[in-house]
Amino acid sequence: MKKLVVYLFSIFFFLSSSLQAYSSNPRDFVNDLVSDVIAKLSDKNLNKEQKEIFIEEVALEYVDINALGLYTLGELRKSSSKDDISGYQKSFEKYFLKSLTSRLSEYSSSKFEILNEDKKSATYTIVSSKVIPDDGGPDIKIDWRIYTKDPDKPLIRDLIVEGLSLARTQKEEFASILSSNDNDIKALIIKLEEFVQN
Amino acid sequence: MHYLKNFKILVPVLFMVFLLGPKLYSAEECFEKTSRAVFKFNMALDDVILEPLAKGYNKLPSPVRKGTNNFTSNIGTLLSIPNNILQGNFKQLGHSVGSFAINSTVGLLGVLNPAEKIGLNPHKEDVGQTLGTYGVSTGCYFVLPVLGPTTVRDSVGIFADTFIDPFAHITIREKELLSTSGNNLDYFSVKATGAIDFRAENDKNFESLEKNSIDLYSSIKSIYLQDRENKIRNSIEDQDDWGSLDN
Repeated sequence: MKKLVVYLFSIFFFLSSSLQAYSSNPRDFVNDLVSDVIAKLSDKNLNKEQKEIFIEEVALEYVDINALGLYTLGELRKSSSKDDISGYQKSFEKYFLKSLTSRLSEYSSSKFEILNEDKKSATYTIVSSKVIPDDGGPDIKIDWRIYTKDPDKPLIRDLIVEGLSLARTQKEEFASILSSNDNDIKALIIKLEEFVQN
Repeated sequence: MHYLKNFKILVPVLFMVFLLGPKLYSAEECFEKTSRAVFKFNMALDDVILEPLAKGYNKLPSPVRKGTNNFTSNIGTLLSIPNNILQGNFKQLGHSVGSFAINSTVGLLGVLNPAEKIGLNPHKEDVGQTLGTYGVSTGCYFVLPVLGPTTVRDSVGIFADTFIDPFAHITIREKELLSTSGNNLDYFSVKATGAIDFRAENDKNFESLEKNSIDLYSSIKSIYLQDRENKIRNSIEDQDDWGSLDN
């Protein structure tokens, strides 16, 4: 029982202290956020579950999952009903979080460096960075698409890894599923739910 | 005379690409059902042959893997040289020629990469990319057995590569160039080693992609097409298509 109390207390303490406010400047925002994530994922005192909770919290707070969901839906977002879009958004969020935690849980230690930022418009900035793997592998260039409509709260919309946009890849994957199911959004929702449950 | 014969084969092929290219679009499939079946076959082949080889390769000491990567990349630079000329990219031509000359000599036949240390970074160029820079569109997408994803333009490029690649010239065509010659085995050994090296380097990425894709075939298609676009533009800058969502 004592162990359980300590465990629950440590989870509460972890959750309450895990998310900190990051800078509103896109360059500093990415730098602070990624440094924090790297530190947490490298922390040997945290178990897998704690790391996954942290990743989910960060994603819900700092990734524009709603816009990402609409983008990946493509043109269908304009012709689908509000109920369908709402159902899709719920499934997409669960899918996105599961997929993200799965990718990041295999994280191996790396160094991270911001290269530059390019303000494309009033609403978005591309922050360029590179990851230097500790295992001696080649540097990986990552561009961050940051949405800045609310200048006080920048949000991540896409990661472009070595020129490959994760959002675009996802969009084209969904387009293929929709195309083979007569553009039925419900078929896509079923596929997303199946992924979450597996 | 030999080049003239090759040229006669290449002209109608290139003409066909120019004629067909602009009418076809990158997202279009040539014959999706067949491509998906071939993709399935390729994945099975990967499970049985390439993946175990890649995992074994990854257990080799890092300097051995690095040396192998340098060696195959250095030979690959030979294909970039004629393509740099065809693209009129003389800056890159300097990088390719300089890199190959330095790495093949000072770099112990390409095992080391001293050229990189003096700022020579040749981009890999092939005929598919050259056609892309000429404005030939991709044509439809399909999957080749063993070789994997391609498009009409890139498959013509793969074929044309063997005519202008000096390494292919001295190996599969068994011609002598600067007193050097080889055979089919040399050519396919280098290509196979390059494929294993690539697969090994991306082993974790493949695993993650397989695990997190709802439709792996489409994910690989998207990645392939994006990568080819970037290589043709010689840039990895994102192509903005967020439209109204960015307002």
